[in-house]
Amino acid sequence: MRIRIKGARVLDPGNMDDNKDIIIKDHLIEAIVDPIVDWEETETGTDIEIIDATGLVVVPGLIDIHVHLREPGQEYKETIETGLMAAARGGFTAVCSMPNTTPVNDNSQVTKFIIHRANELGLSKVYPVGAITHGSMGNTLAEIYDMQQAGIVAVTDDGKPLENSNLMRRALEYCKGLEIPIFVHAEELSIADGGSMNEGFFATVWGIKGIPNAAESIMVVRDIALSELTGAHVHFCHISTKESVEAIRQAKKRGVKVTCETAPHYFTLTDEDVKDYNTNFKMNPPLRSEEDRQAVIQGLIDGTIDLIATDHAPHSVVEKDVEFDRAAFGIVGLETSLSLSLKLVHDGFLTLAELVNKMAKHPAKMIGINNDIRPGNIADLTIIDPEHTYEIDPETFNSKSKNTPFSGLKVKGSPVLTMVNGKVVYRK
Amino acid sequence: MRFTKKDILDIESLEPREISMILDTAQGMKEISERPVKKVPTLRGKTIVLFFQEPSTRTKLSFDTAAKRLSADSISISKSSSSIVKGETLIDTAKNLEAMKPDVIVLRHPSSGAPHLIARRVNASVINAGDGIHAHPSQALLDMMSVRGKKGKIDGLNISIIGDIAHSRVARSDITGFSKMGARVRICAPPTMIPFGIEKLGCTVSPTMEACIEGADVIMMLRIQKERQGNILFPTEREYAMRFGLNKARLNLAKEDAIVMHPGPMNRGVEISSDVADADCSMILEQVTNGVALRMALFYLLAGGGRHADSD
Repeated sequence: MRIRIKGARVLDPGNMDDNKDIIIKDHLIEAIVDPIVDWEETETGTDIEIIDATGLVVVPGLIDIHVHLREPGQEYKETIETGLMAAARGGFTAVCSMPNTTPVNDNSQVTKFIIHRANELGLSKVYPVGAITHGSMGNTLAEIYDMQQAGIVAVTDDGKPLENSNLMRRALEYCKGLEIPIFVHAEELSIADGGSMNEGFFATVWGIKGIPNAAESIMVVRDIALSELTGAHVHFCHISTKESVEAIRQAKKRGVKVTCETAPHYFTLTDEDVKDYNTNFKMNPPLRSEEDRQAVIQGLIDGTIDLIATDHAPHSVVEKDVEFDRAAFGIVGLETSLSLSLKLVHDGFLTLAELVNKMAKHPAKMIGINNDIRPGNIADLTIIDPEHTYEIDPETFNSKSKNTPFSGLKVKGSPVLTMVNGKVVYRK
Repeated sequence: MRFTKKDILDIESLEPREISMILDTAQGMKEISERPVKKVPTLRGKTIVLFFQEPSTRTKLSFDTAAKRLSADSISISKSSSSIVKGETLIDTAKNLEAMKPDVIVLRHPSSGAPHLIARRVNASVINAGDGIHAHPSQALLDMMSVRGKKGKIDGLNISIIGDIAHSRVARSDITGFSKMGARVRICAPPTMIPFGIEKLGCTVSPTMEACIEGADVIMMLRIQKERQGNILFPTEREYAMRFGLNKARLNLAKEDAIVMHPGPMNRGVEISSDVADADCSMILEQVTNGVALRMALFYLLAGGGRHADSD
């Protein structure tokens, strides 16, 4: 059985951008041919499924390297199954799962469970991220090598930044030897001081305790210094401030081995959008000022920000339908990411090829996989309709949780088909 | 003119004409408290729930007295007697209260926005009796009532507010309210207690206490929260009093007929010296008296004839 994706623009930056048909056999890309070549007759006879992708764009499978799947332990928010169904619907062929599950993914047993469960499901793929320290408690190093053998691609104590600089230094040195990056949730907790939204006029108006930009950039600057000291790879998660963008820009100029990501909400919304104590606008780092939003877009344009990840953080109404300062941080993102990010293309900030780099190629490089569209490679592909206009409706989400600030927003462009290992896991 | 608001959540959401209407109504209510029999049947058969999730003596007593003087049935629940301690969410508690058909729910809560959260879910009117560091509208309204009662107007007056602006819901509501009604508001505090962008609410920040008080018609001192002393906002109460305490010498910088206010409870010798607190220009007890009348007015406008019928 073969599949032929017909009539599409195939866009794999650095490799090809052409109208081609892709022939898939089993789990592999078998051939990439000119649309006029009649593959069915010459090669296969009749046993071929045609996917008509006329007017659409085929790109390497999108990868979201910052996703909270919640299983094991918090299945009422999300399961590996619902999370991966959400990923598939969002056009993602793979995600990296954050380790703050219950129990924490700080040992190879949990890592193996997550991978086993994902393999059983046969949806989008999971590349787990392990904890740096036992229980992400920031005290002692977890068995990172053992977890790496089991399948982790990076480590992080996401949400719980390593306050001890010496421990961070040693963790970086240790990971350098294993050639895996540390994902840093950059937050200096004492200055964040239990705040719930961006420190600024709007926090003053609503009487909400603020989190200043410096809470993020202090840690960014520290970990740039530690990356310089150790030569290890630091990857900064969800960058939200102009100071962080600038610090990383300068570090990269010096040749420091740092990379970073931002999330769609940081280039789409600002703290002015936080209204009526709506907890779907509460995440960490918080929505910042317009100036910060512009700096994030500029960072994406000039390459300071390497990639887009969602920080998909499902929460139930139990955590969200409460007082603002008591509500959990975080929003779901898998099923809105591509549409929100395509706005950068429609607005002329990025080319479609640049966006594909930030959502597919750079994430792949980060976790050490090759998702080029070439014969012989695994058929992990995303088909995009850049022009499809629709209104975001959380009720249509595959995710178990609906905590999004984008409900009712009109967007342009969406995934129409997601293929993993040659199998269609989502079709609009 | 009619009063059409369902809830009193903050000063921001009140129009100047609505504020004037509340103050006028409160002025009329004041007389009831001076009668030998301090009770009218206006709200007979109405139920008012006082739901206080933070310690309060003065505000709760003031709302309770106001309800009783209008013959409403008032029921108090506090944090320790509510199901919140059993893990019930605020919304569930509010929905359960709603099922008992109250007409007004008065809520005090440590989280900013808590009254807004429940106001969307219940049919009863909700009065915010203080939410986190956000708003305390009935306090600001009684402050405006007290100033207007003494000065005959608010428009054009110089109002000085001194103290922990950053952590004060009273300050936010007063700044918004007085500037909305045409007063010129100046504030002063150590920069650790001035929140970002406060000027945009309608005030100017004075560099010193002296600059703040000079030419003032009204001086409002805010409570320095002793429980924050372990915090890092100022070194000692002694040093705070030296820089920002209101004493006779500083009072002399204000207009001759200036009045002094304080939302209570006071720390004598810290933000206000005893001789100023007890001086003739002190409106502090008058504020408490007006508080009852003002809250009677709120109940009347929300649960009585005010909200739907004409009340010229």
